Amino acid sequence: MINAIEVKNISVIYGEGTPFRKAALNGITTAFPKGEITGIIGHTGSGKSTLASLLNGLLKATSGEILLFGENIWAKPKEMTKIRSRVGLVFQYPEYQLFDETVEADIAFGPKNIGLDEEEIKNRVRLAAEFCGLSEKELKRSPFELSGGQKRRAAIAGVLAMRPEVIVLDEPAAGLDPQGREEILSGLVEYKNKYGATLIIISHSMEDIAKYADRILVMKDGEIYMQGSVEEIFVQAERLFDAKLDLPQITKLFIELKKRNLCQSTDVYTVGYAKKEIEKIIAK
Amino acid sequence: MLKDVTFGQYYPGNSLLHRTDPRIKMLILIEYLVLVLVANSEIAALLSLAFTVFLIAVSGVRFGILIKSVKPLIFVLAFTAIINLFFTVGEGEPLLNWGFITIYANGVRNAIMMLLRLLSLVLGTSVLISFTTSPLELTDAIEALLSPLKKIKVPVHEFAMMMSIALRFIPTLIEETNKIISAQKARCADFESGNLLKRIKALIPILIPLFVSAVRRAEELADAMECRCYNGGEGRTKLKVMKSRPADYAFLLAVTVLTVAVFFLNNISVSEIINLCKAIF
Ligand SMILES: Nc1ncnc2c1ncn2[C@@H]1O[C@H](COP(=O)(O)OP(=O)(O)OP(=O)(O)O)[C@@H](O)[C@H]1O
Ligand SMILES: [Mg+2]
Repeated sequence: MINAIEVKNISVIYGEGTPFRKAALNGITTAFPKGEITGIIGHTGSGKSTLASLLNGLLKATSGEILLFGENIWAKPKEMTKIRSRVGLVFQYPEYQLFDETVEADIAFGPKNIGLDEEEIKNRVRLAAEFCGLSEKELKRSPFELSGGQKRRAAIAGVLAMRPEVIVLDEPAAGLDPQGREEILSGLVEYKNKYGATLIIISHSMEDIAKYADRILVMKDGEIYMQGSVEEIFVQAERLFDAKLDLPQITKLFIELKKRNLCQSTDVYTVGYAKKEIEKIIAK
Repeated sequence: MLKDVTFGQYYPGNSLLHRTDPRIKMLILIEYLVLVLVANSEIAALLSLAFTVFLIAVSGVRFGILIKSVKPLIFVLAFTAIINLFFTVGEGEPLLNWGFITIYANGVRNAIMMLLRLLSLVLGTSVLISFTTSPLELTDAIEALLSPLKKIKVPVHEFAMMMSIALRFIPTLIEETNKIISAQKARCADFESGNLLKRIKALIPILIPLFVSAVRRAEELADAMECRCYNGGEGRTKLKVMKSRPADYAFLLAVTVLTVAVFFLNNISVSEIINLCKAIF
């Protein structure tokens, strides 16, 4: 399997040499396999956002290196925009970055900066808007007239329009209604499948992670606490609780069911799978 | 881009200056400014310098931090000193006559005086106000000192409230600006190349979201204040009631005496003092 991004022994220290010195990441090493969805979870302040802004070179690590398909992203500092168009980063609450007259123009900002031609930009904007569930009508409106959820979609579309190979999203669904969450996340999965992209999603929702991620990276105090497949991680409930994290609600339900001897499986992480399990029990 | 800007340099502490009533400190500041600007004779300048050193000593602010606060001004200081050094035309023989550069004794004196004066202004104000007075204390003090103007319908409370809100939101806005810059950079925005016009244009994607969010914040804050029944200064009490102790008044009195002394000493030269001393002893 090819790794889209490799993180090698990365440390980040904020405010070096001041009384506010803070080691946000302590020599972490990991990799993000191409074409997979990696979910990053971790307690507040564990360094998730810091890791995210390292991946596209917005932040330079104090030590260590980051490889994008085997190439050090800092090899040519002059060509950083190239790296940023290949690794799209969507910040927490990205809706506050919208600025242009129309949603369409705003989404086109990224592709324009890369220097694509009119036709290509138009194409990409249409496609990106489609992935994010924005209608033709909404594209013509001012971004400031949209609802919060629609703004979020516009902002994500603005990054997708650059057609990045890797997309890093910092809590893309935070503060949205359940249906909005589903639509945005499944839109991203669609994009991933179409272009063979790699997704890295930071989330506080164990449900979303269980449903969409292939792998999980658990962070704690600037270190990688656990990493592995969804099953490997959620099986270790105790360790997750130690990192002040949680299991998906449905998994907790099945653990309780097992305690009461009603069901034997505890590897239930999504509602879809739970439904099948319950149907099995009822059928018995 | 903005990561080196620090605002609100308040350093929590418990020094003499930290404990002084902020209103008294404001008054002392006014006297101090007069004192530093008026001091013109050597002896008066020496006195003002001594007082500045005293203020720094009792502020308990670390030396390194003071140096940091002066650093951005080094260019201005050097420039002023050089201008004074070369362009003062004094009487008598020049000290140095080297081509078109002529330096008079007076020039050296002026350069040193100007340098000391500017340094005193910056350091004195910093230790009296910026480093030892929290923004909240500062606006409270200004409100209290200007409160007589309320009689002639000057909206003093509103003015002070606006000021404290502005101070409170500066760090927030800086943080917000950094976030927006990062977000636009993530979309490959380029702020560092191209001609001036292009660079100014490149700021639009930062400024518009910043204004929008500032307006949004202002609205939210106004709503939140209204929800908590804020209706202006009338009948409003303070969380921290400012109290002047006798020591505060003594401090103020001492500085007043010092300022008056500087006025007198301005007309006396060093030789006159020496003569005076000889006459006494
Ligand atoms: N610009 C900065 N300057 C100084 N310290 C910072 C800065 N950004 C983050 N930190 C510190 O680094 C640590 C990691 O922060 P980070 O934002 O990466 O956490 P996080 O895992 O994203 O948290 P959250 O879930 O709350 O978003 C925190 O302790 C934070 O205080
Ligand atoms: Mg974060």
